[in-house]
Amino acid sequence: MRVVLAEDLFLLRDGLVRLLEAYDFEIAAAVETGPELSRALAELEPDVAVVDVRLPPTHTDEGLQCALEARRRTPGLPVLVLSQHVEQLYARELLADGSGGVGYLLKDRVFDAEQFVDAVRRVAAGGTAMDPQVIQQLLSRRAADDQPLARLTPRETEVLELMAQGRSNAAIAERLVVTERAIAKHTANIFAKLGLEVSDDDNRRVLAVLAYLDHGR
Amino acid sequence: MTNDMKSRHGSTARGMGLAALRGLALALISLPGAVLCLVLSLVSIALIPIGVGIVTTPWVLTGVRMFADWRRVLAAEWGGVRIPPAYRPLPKDANPWSRTFGMLGDPATWRDLRWLPVDMTAGFVTALLPAVLLLYPLEGFAIAAGLWRVFADVDGGTYWYGFVPVTDQTSALGAAVLGLGLLVCAHFFTARLFQFHFRLTRAVLGSNQGELAERVRVLTETRRDAVDTSAAELRRIERDLHDGAQARLVAVGMDLGTIEMLMEKDPAKARQLVAQARQSSADALSELRDLVRGIHPPVLAERGLGDAVRALALRLPIATEVNVELTGRAEAPVESAAYFAVSEVLTNAVKHAGADRIWIDVHHTDEMLRISVTDNGKGGAVIGAGSGLAGIERRLGTFDGVLAVSSPAGGPTMVTMEIPCALS
Repeated sequence: MRVVLAEDLFLLRDGLVRLLEAYDFEIAAAVETGPELSRALAELEPDVAVVDVRLPPTHTDEGLQCALEARRRTPGLPVLVLSQHVEQLYARELLADGSGGVGYLLKDRVFDAEQFVDAVRRVAAGGTAMDPQVIQQLLSRRAADDQPLARLTPRETEVLELMAQGRSNAAIAERLVVTERAIAKHTANIFAKLGLEVSDDDNRRVLAVLAYLDHGR
Repeated sequence: MTNDMKSRHGSTARGMGLAALRGLALALISLPGAVLCLVLSLVSIALIPIGVGIVTTPWVLTGVRMFADWRRVLAAEWGGVRIPPAYRPLPKDANPWSRTFGMLGDPATWRDLRWLPVDMTAGFVTALLPAVLLLYPLEGFAIAAGLWRVFADVDGGTYWYGFVPVTDQTSALGAAVLGLGLLVCAHFFTARLFQFHFRLTRAVLGSNQGELAERVRVLTETRRDAVDTSAAELRRIERDLHDGAQARLVAVGMDLGTIEMLMEKDPAKARQLVAQARQSSADALSELRDLVRGIHPPVLAERGLGDAVRALALRLPIATEVNVELTGRAEAPVESAAYFAVSEVLTNAVKHAGADRIWIDVHHTDEMLRISVTDNGKGGAVIGAGSGLAGIERRLGTFDGVLAVSSPAGGPTMVTMEIPCALS
């Protein structure tokens, strides 16, 4: 799997390259700046891009803008955005086109290599990887005045949280140490309670849940 | 209606008389006063080289200042024209030498001396004119009434009233007509002329240093607030780093040392410590992130005020509508102050107001950043009272910004902030 990596800090870039190579990714390019990233995304056609939000030369949200721009040119181009902080605002912009293949994670998540690599693979496959913090923010905002959410059992809320992060039933089952069938039942309950249409497609399911959580904001 | 008209006419007539009287008195006293002051000053300053001036100059200049101060009082009381004095303070026990040169080094002294010749000429005329405009017509009427006989009999020339030669009753009536004309002029111009005298005084004597002094006072105060605030902020950051991230990194370092030692002896224990070290570093990161958010929120640096406020609104548990109209970005310190002000106001709204809707409006017009935060809560917010609003006011004060709170009991609460700034 070919990866374009954009990160301006040498230590982090180097670490990410080594991590990804250790998990058999092919690093198509590891760049430092926004313009370099745009060029690499346009010319190299990677399977997935791992991008830091803040990049030179402006040191603002250059990385995010490049990623969004590239996705406008190539709809569905898988992009995993990394940042030192997460903002719902950015998450919403990444999810806005509704085509999936996006990830938005805190840089801390790199600590857990397995989970991080799993997220990269998921995004590359057209799935979603949202940082638990984004989901928690969404949930705590909705929890205050949302009747359907209040009707979920604690276990269902837990499942919803993991599902919104972009995990598959199998991954959630493994995480919560239950069977996949139990999770499927929870999922069906959640969708019924929230009044969402059930879909077999994992990715559609995640996007529906995220849209529900972000609804009206 | 009639009464009204009468009283207005009455007050105009009284005003004319008063202005004329005051002007006359002013002209009669100020002319010799100004001449005396100017002559004494010039002589005294001229005598400085031979030493006598060193002793006399402070006295003379103090006299000039008293004279000028008296005129300042009159300008305020009679003309409603404020001329703030702007003399530099002199040390009380200074010797004549330093007093002399201290006073001579003060631009206000030279403004006084420049004013004296103006006062004895243009100032004198403008003070006297109201009286002349009122008294001269009286003479015209007196001439018409019969006084012309006295003047007509004078040998060796014709008596002129204005441009009317007074020779017989007809020409005397002409003088009365002219007098009437002058009286009409007086009716319109007396008060204005008198006012003009004080305006002239202000133009020459006044400086804008009174305003400057006020400005300096405000700046001194806001600077002190700014320094205090930033010092307190730095102390807080230092403490947070010291007790938080720094301590955690020490723990990570220690764990790593222990892991190194245990790696061969007790791999299971080593693995456990690795997990612990990873947790410590994650905690350190999360603490640093919170700290950074408190110093300068990343989204503010990346996106500017508009999106930072939007991001802030997205974190609130209350439905919030954000409306931003900004064509560019303000300077970083202004953005930061505005952001934290909005953040504080929102915190107040969430904590105390019991609101379930908030509206935020951010826009920039006429070189002014205007932000309003409105909530439909129970109101009753006041600046001070430990509400945090006083802190915002101080913080905005550093940028000449102002804060206004409208919060009647029962709500709604509207907090508006204005900060003068340019967008780039």
